[in-house]
Amino acid sequence: MTATVAAPAGALPGVKDEPRAAGVIGQTRAGWGLLTPFLVLYLAFLIGPAVYGLLMSFFDGSSVRPGLGPFAGLDNYTEALTSADFWSSMWHTVLFTILTTPPLVIVALLLAMLTDRIRRGKWFFRLVFFAPYVMPVTCVGLVFTWMYVPQTGLFATWLGALGLPAPAWLADPNWAMIAIALMTVWWTIGFNFVLYLAGLQDIPRELYEASAVDGAGPGAQWWRITVPLLSRTTVLVTMLQIIASLKVFDQIYLLTAGGPNYSTRPVIEYIYDVGFTDFRTGYGAAASMLYFVVILAVSAVWFAISRRRA
Amino acid sequence: MATLTVPEAPTRSTPAQAPVDPRHRAFTVLCVVVLVVLAALWLVPMLWAVDTSIRPESEITASPATWWTSHPSLDAYRQVLSAGRMPVWYLNSFLVALLTAVFAVVVCSMAGFAVARVRFRGRRIVTGLVLAGLLIPPQTLIMPQFQEFAGLHLLNTYWALILPSVPTSVAVFVFASFFSGLPGELAESARIDGAGWFRVYSRIFLPLCKPAASAVFIFTFVWSWNNFLWPLLTMTSADVMTIPVGLNVVQDSYGIRYAQVMASAVLGALPLFAVFLVFQRRIVEGIANTGIK
Repeated sequence: MTATVAAPAGALPGVKDEPRAAGVIGQTRAGWGLLTPFLVLYLAFLIGPAVYGLLMSFFDGSSVRPGLGPFAGLDNYTEALTSADFWSSMWHTVLFTILTTPPLVIVALLLAMLTDRIRRGKWFFRLVFFAPYVMPVTCVGLVFTWMYVPQTGLFATWLGALGLPAPAWLADPNWAMIAIALMTVWWTIGFNFVLYLAGLQDIPRELYEASAVDGAGPGAQWWRITVPLLSRTTVLVTMLQIIASLKVFDQIYLLTAGGPNYSTRPVIEYIYDVGFTDFRTGYGAAASMLYFVVILAVSAVWFAISRRRA
Repeated sequence: MATLTVPEAPTRSTPAQAPVDPRHRAFTVLCVVVLVVLAALWLVPMLWAVDTSIRPESEITASPATWWTSHPSLDAYRQVLSAGRMPVWYLNSFLVALLTAVFAVVVCSMAGFAVARVRFRGRRIVTGLVLAGLLIPPQTLIMPQFQEFAGLHLLNTYWALILPSVPTSVAVFVFASFFSGLPGELAESARIDGAGWFRVYSRIFLPLCKPAASAVFIFTFVWSWNNFLWPLLTMTSADVMTIPVGLNVVQDSYGIRYAQVMASAVLGALPLFAVFLVFQRRIVEGIANTGIK
């Protein structure tokens, strides 16, 4: 699972000191014993590679010869930080995040509020909005590529019917990222929608009744009660969305492969290209570390925000 | 957190008691209309994929964006399933997802039990180490992981897909928080009766953790089935590809035969739709409770 836990870390339940019972040694053996299978896999396939990746980034390694390669110091980092290609891929990742986060938060909230209002057939709307989320990205990519076909595709036909000129979607550098963002909104909104539905369930109904007695209309209720009481959920949804969007690769690779002319290549594809096409593993590792720092910084901001609210 | 499918309390929305303001009624109608329009928009891509997949190829080429067909047929599905490698990819995806989910439940529930219930020396260090894993995006590890699996000669094997996906920090935390919510007397009385810690875990706590186990199982399964980047890197032989990677090849091999491309897309999504329909409640609750993404 690529995953993030909602609860702010550090608040792990059960990790509080209890009076030491007898048999501390037995507990220590049992604890480590139960942890062994997890720790072996975790150290071997997650922490180990992470440490090795950091090490790789200081060497001029290549995947066509074994070993780390000659020591390079900070050269890889200097090169990445001064590379126009690295920065443009970084910008595409950020641009994708800017294009997807607001609709994926606001539209999800809207869908959840509307669905929460209706009395019958909620299951149907939950199914419709959430179902795309469980589809493999390749299936979504195939369908949307087909819908984005210029002139004859579904979107072009619709715009034509409205008398509007249709852009060449995926082939036009100005539209490609927007087309990818649109697909992403359709594909992943269900997750945020479900989080908002859960948040709406926690708002006490009495608040609405009391405000209705005071003469508040539905609009005032939404603005004065629903939106403020959902602020915790909104922080959670927004931060999860930003982190998820910063990890974009799959849908861009499938729709445009980073084109046209690298205009949509995200940072993960940049790492993929330098590491697996140019075989420059050391440099690729340095780019990975720089990208990791960005993710870490965003997570740290989230930490700070959720700490203050808690 | 309240489940989302519980029948609503009678206080929920009973405009019958209150005097109905006609403006409110108009507003409600507006809401329903907007919702239905949005739902229709969300349905279009799915319906269009199904629609295209059952149309004859000649019709699609003549007018791709038309909806109705006079000659619906399942030929495209028959061809995809008989001529392509789809059945092999199904099997690969299924085995990989199943094994990953089973291992994840076993390995992470043991770790979660140890962290939540056993007061062993070094527990804080382990907790910190597991927490650190939450911050590492797997995408930043592709190169060292690839070199590792190449060195172990495990590329193009199921193990390359299974092993890195089993130990996840989130799953450990899901189990840990579930176990620490159970009454402590359960463990104490069993310990007094002389049961070892592993016995306490396997006989008493594991059978009680069905909600946590099913959430971890379903999410690991769905995530593993849909995983794309890592299988794309490690599965280069068509015989071991999973559905998402295999379908990426389909587009090239079928070229312009859209009915078959769409039939593949529909078939690729179908098993997960089934999983979702069956486990809808658990999936929705799982997201609401843990925020697993």
